Amino acid sequence: MKPPIFEYALPSTVAEAVSLLASRNGNAKVISGGQSLMPMLAFRLATPELLVDLKHLKDLGAIRIGEDGVRLGARVRWCDIEGDARLAVSHPLLAEAIKHVAHYQIRNRGTVGGSVAHADPSAEMPGIAMTCDAQMKIVGSAGTRIEAAADFFTGPLQTSLEPDEILTEVHLPAWPAARRWAFLEFARRKGDFAMAGVALYYDLDSGNRITDAHIGAIGVADRPIRLTEAEAVLNGNQMSDKLIAAASAKARQSIDPPSDIHAPGAYRAALVATLLGRGLKKSAA
Amino acid sequence: MQIEFNLNGQAVSADVEPRTTLADCIRNDFGQTGTHLACEHGVCGACTVLVNGEAVRSCLLLAVQVQNDKVVTIEGLSGDELTPLQAAFRKHHALQCGFCTPGFITTAHALLSHEPDADEDRIRDVLSGNLCRCSGYVPIVEAVLEARSSYRDSGSK
Amino acid sequence: MKVFNSYIGRPMERVEDLRMVRGRGTYVADVNRPNQLYAVILRSSTAHGIIKSIDSSEALALAGVHRVLTAKDLGNEVPLIPLRLQPLPQLEPFHQPVLADKKVRYVGEPIAVVIAESAAIAEDALERIALEIDPLPAVATRAQAEAKRSVLFEGHGSNVAITWKAFRGNADEAFKTADYVRRETFRVQRHAAMFMEPRGFVAEWDEAAGKLTVWGAAKTAWYNRRTLAAQLGLELEAVDLIEVDVGGGFGSRGEFYPEDYLIPAAARIVGRPVKWTEDRREHIMSANHARDVECDVEFAATRDGRFIGLRGQIWSDIGAYIRTNGSVGPRNVAQYMSGPYCMEHIDLKSSMLTTNKTPCGTYRGPGRYETDFIRERMIDLAAQDLKIDRVELRRRNLVADAQMPYTLASITPYDSSTELDSGDYHAVFDRCLKEFGWEERSKLRGQSIDGYYHGLAIGSFIEGGAAGPKEEVRLVLETDGALSVYMGSSSVGQGLETIMAQIAADAMEIPYEKITILHGSTSYVKDGYGAYHSRSTVMGGSAILLGAEKLKELIQQTAAQRLGCKPEEVVIDGEQASFGGNHIAFAGLSETPLEVEAAFFNKKYTWAYGTQAAHVAVDPGTGHVKVIDVMSVEDVGRMINPLTLHGQAIGSIVQGLGGAFLEHLVYDDEGQLLTGSFADYLMPTASDFPSIRSVTLELKPCPNNPLGAKGAGEGGLIPIGGLMANAVADALSHLNVQPMELPLSPPRIWQLVEEAEAARARA
Repeated sequence: MKPPIFEYALPSTVAEAVSLLASRNGNAKVISGGQSLMPMLAFRLATPELLVDLKHLKDLGAIRIGEDGVRLGARVRWCDIEGDARLAVSHPLLAEAIKHVAHYQIRNRGTVGGSVAHADPSAEMPGIAMTCDAQMKIVGSAGTRIEAAADFFTGPLQTSLEPDEILTEVHLPAWPAARRWAFLEFARRKGDFAMAGVALYYDLDSGNRITDAHIGAIGVADRPIRLTEAEAVLNGNQMSDKLIAAASAKARQSIDPPSDIHAPGAYRAALVATLLGRGLKKSAA
Repeated sequence: MQIEFNLNGQAVSADVEPRTTLADCIRNDFGQTGTHLACEHGVCGACTVLVNGEAVRSCLLLAVQVQNDKVVTIEGLSGDELTPLQAAFRKHHALQCGFCTPGFITTAHALLSHEPDADEDRIRDVLSGNLCRCSGYVPIVEAVLEARSSYRDSGSK
Repeated sequence: MKVFNSYIGRPMERVEDLRMVRGRGTYVADVNRPNQLYAVILRSSTAHGIIKSIDSSEALALAGVHRVLTAKDLGNEVPLIPLRLQPLPQLEPFHQPVLADKKVRYVGEPIAVVIAESAAIAEDALERIALEIDPLPAVATRAQAEAKRSVLFEGHGSNVAITWKAFRGNADEAFKTADYVRRETFRVQRHAAMFMEPRGFVAEWDEAAGKLTVWGAAKTAWYNRRTLAAQLGLELEAVDLIEVDVGGGFGSRGEFYPEDYLIPAAARIVGRPVKWTEDRREHIMSANHARDVECDVEFAATRDGRFIGLRGQIWSDIGAYIRTNGSVGPRNVAQYMSGPYCMEHIDLKSSMLTTNKTPCGTYRGPGRYETDFIRERMIDLAAQDLKIDRVELRRRNLVADAQMPYTLASITPYDSSTELDSGDYHAVFDRCLKEFGWEERSKLRGQSIDGYYHGLAIGSFIEGGAAGPKEEVRLVLETDGALSVYMGSSSVGQGLETIMAQIAADAMEIPYEKITILHGSTSYVKDGYGAYHSRSTVMGGSAILLGAEKLKELIQQTAAQRLGCKPEEVVIDGEQASFGGNHIAFAGLSETPLEVEAAFFNKKYTWAYGTQAAHVAVDPGTGHVKVIDVMSVEDVGRMINPLTLHGQAIGSIVQGLGGAFLEHLVYDDEGQLLTGSFADYLMPTASDFPSIRSVTLELKPCPNNPLGAKGAGEGGLIPIGGLMANAVADALSHLNVQPMELPLSPPRIWQLVEEAEAARARA
């Protein structure tokens, strides 16, 4: 499985990278960690004329944590997230979700930007981006723009990125210390893409009622989704077993996952309900 | 494209097509055939090498991407005598056909170099990125557990 | 100093490891010949169709492309792959042509060979070959096969290639009067050996010497050489197949595939060495598939739990052609369904269905894995119905020591009968219960702990080995006293070099370090057979024993001349030949090496046997099954190397677990293979099955070979399918969940739970 022929460029700045992409009329692709792109090249599912390597864009490799939240540079790797002790407090949901990504060798190379731009509907990082209302920073020939995750993911392995645009940063909003959360996924084997996964968080008001519930699901649609109907069941109520059951049932009804060789849609819908129920229970403990 | 990097302690250079993977470059341009190809799509781990001390899948890297980097393969982790890790593999019969073995040894070396106190769960977790069809993994885990002591004594390599 | 019996039985560290742990093994992808070109195979992406045209002109125009070979380049008739086993004339219509000629019959079938300066360029060329195929309706299911709207072999007229029949006693009579009969349908999924080293060949034709050398041989090199030589019109001596290091076989690698012909033929045609290695995507669609079985079977017993027999129909989906050993699995499902239990009445028909899928062949424990799943499930169902404890029911029916040799069912056509040779099945059964802790663990049965329901299962199995007819060795005592042993046995990773050296060291009474084992290459012995059916220890090892006797005689004869005595008066001891106080060391005994050839013949299979127990925990919400513990106890008669044998047992068990839970080659109704890479074909990993235990015993040696050993190494996986399904049923017994199909994937278990809960709600 040898890749097809392509050229290779190693720009020193983001502007240079953008300019290279723009020059090939849609036939150039960014390579970041390469963990998603390389298999596609090996199978010849991707046949770009030119690969633009972000290797020298060191600034994109930073994890910046401040009052406005966590800013992940596009070239931040899974092992960088794993190794950043600050995230246990600054964004425990992110830290937990990333533990499930792939395997040791891939974690040394795979990047936030690569995963989000690849937009696999079963991948954890796009799921977290969607759940947490992430803001994507995108640089192209037309300049820099910020896009909400909900608008960024447009379909299976599809995003709003134009051929000359590079995702440079994923910005997760600030995380209050008292926030409740959970991340649960079910995969056939450790490190596999999830058959389904649920990321959730909510805050509690002074009356211990749930507010601002966010529930994201991966593996059950053509992109990561929010389970807004289940969120509506939770908001304004105190956590209870009855509420959990109601929210889970609502989640199951509100989705229509596709069937594939690994699972029928009905299984994935039931799985989301199960994971949501378990996650809510865990978050309340 | 002309590339230069450090391979097993030696400065090397080659003229490669951009599409040449690091795995193929190591095997064909430099004749280091200890790194094996079993899937070429980044799942099996047989092609694992160390780049700047980190275990990576060499079939998922282009040779042109390791310009100026330090690459270590199974050959670079071997000498006239078996290393403690290699001796542990032999002692525990952690290989049968041997095809996946360089990938496991390279990965285990990286893990123990960074985490000499890794427990069994962590070892299994990390090794779950390498496929073995012969051994059933039990003896491999035993071998890596035993090899920890040599990494603790001398620290990271 | 006597060293007899000091190596056999010792857990010697392997000599192979010294090169393999350093990455200094030589696998075929590591072999390079001067001036070599690279081959890549164009494979059909249509499951069934008529080839209208192949236009390679654009491919040939690509820089670096040398040739594109198609069927028309292979002579008047495209060579066919013969059947190595059960070569019945009525199976001839199903032989595979080495290149698709007028028709393609499966996705992955070779259509052309591109030869170029590099593999990458050859792959570029593939895309430029214009292929026109008129599609035909695909046969991808049993229903489609039987409907005969589309038939793979028009001359044959149906998609049933052959039906084997296994029989013993009189099942129809016996079933008429049986107290208890239960009928069920079972399915085992298509999966495969999936060895880690992809296949490959390097072939070189020396025009001047008229000699063809091919690197990459495995398993059955001598048979393959005969086949290749005949296909190429060469004398046998003109062809050498060389075995280098081999990255796993499991019954699949080494059989004669299309590429076994295509690469050597290509080398002859282009006049330069040709190298080919498959990639994983190709491997999955090219190397033999296995285990795709459906079974409709009745089981009869008496009211007090004595097994009477089995009757029914088995269908094997064997793919588009019958390759060298494609009948073995389907025959074994029928012939060995009774396993280690007394069953006097067997009437099982086993039909082989041709479908537009990759052809099938043997994979470790062929037919045995499938048949044990069927039988052990039936036994647990019967235990429930008869209200007899599952453990007791098995104990009551295991073949007893006193009943050996115990004849199994016969099979026809290509008649074959076999008998269980020796064994204390009950002792091993009880030992397994004890090692596993059955009593104690039984308290957990059906309990829900942290959301997981716990279950146990037990099952017994037999493992056939040591297929004949013979194996050859050549022993050479070198002038420096070292011993070289050339063998027909081949290495697939099982530690041949170590094990055979142990046997040779004991037989010749010389130190282990002085022995080198050379194996698998056709230049080593005249007529070798190879490694399959767990035969190398028994066949190769016994041949070494015979060879050692002959070599000792030759040493005596040689020494006698120098010592001035009769050969029988020479005493061999401690690497020297002695008479009357005079000693001659082996080193320097003769000016030229002393060489003997020997062959061991065998007609009787050996039967290793054992019992396994398992403890699982099932999460009904996700369908996930945690394998908490597996304990396997097996009697192999005699162990040569406990370390390697234990390794085989563990490795085999994990393969079985892969088959039980993860691995599945999935086709759609159009014959498209949907699981085309390791992303979708799920292999067991280090974190999946952490707790596997195995104990190997030497209770009852085999009476039929000088070593007393029984072939072993496949046994670990044989009972696993049935064991896991029974354990899951046990865990979910409160719902009466009854798995009848493998794999036990999470969605399948979840589905069974949903159905069971719905049934309970209706009741």
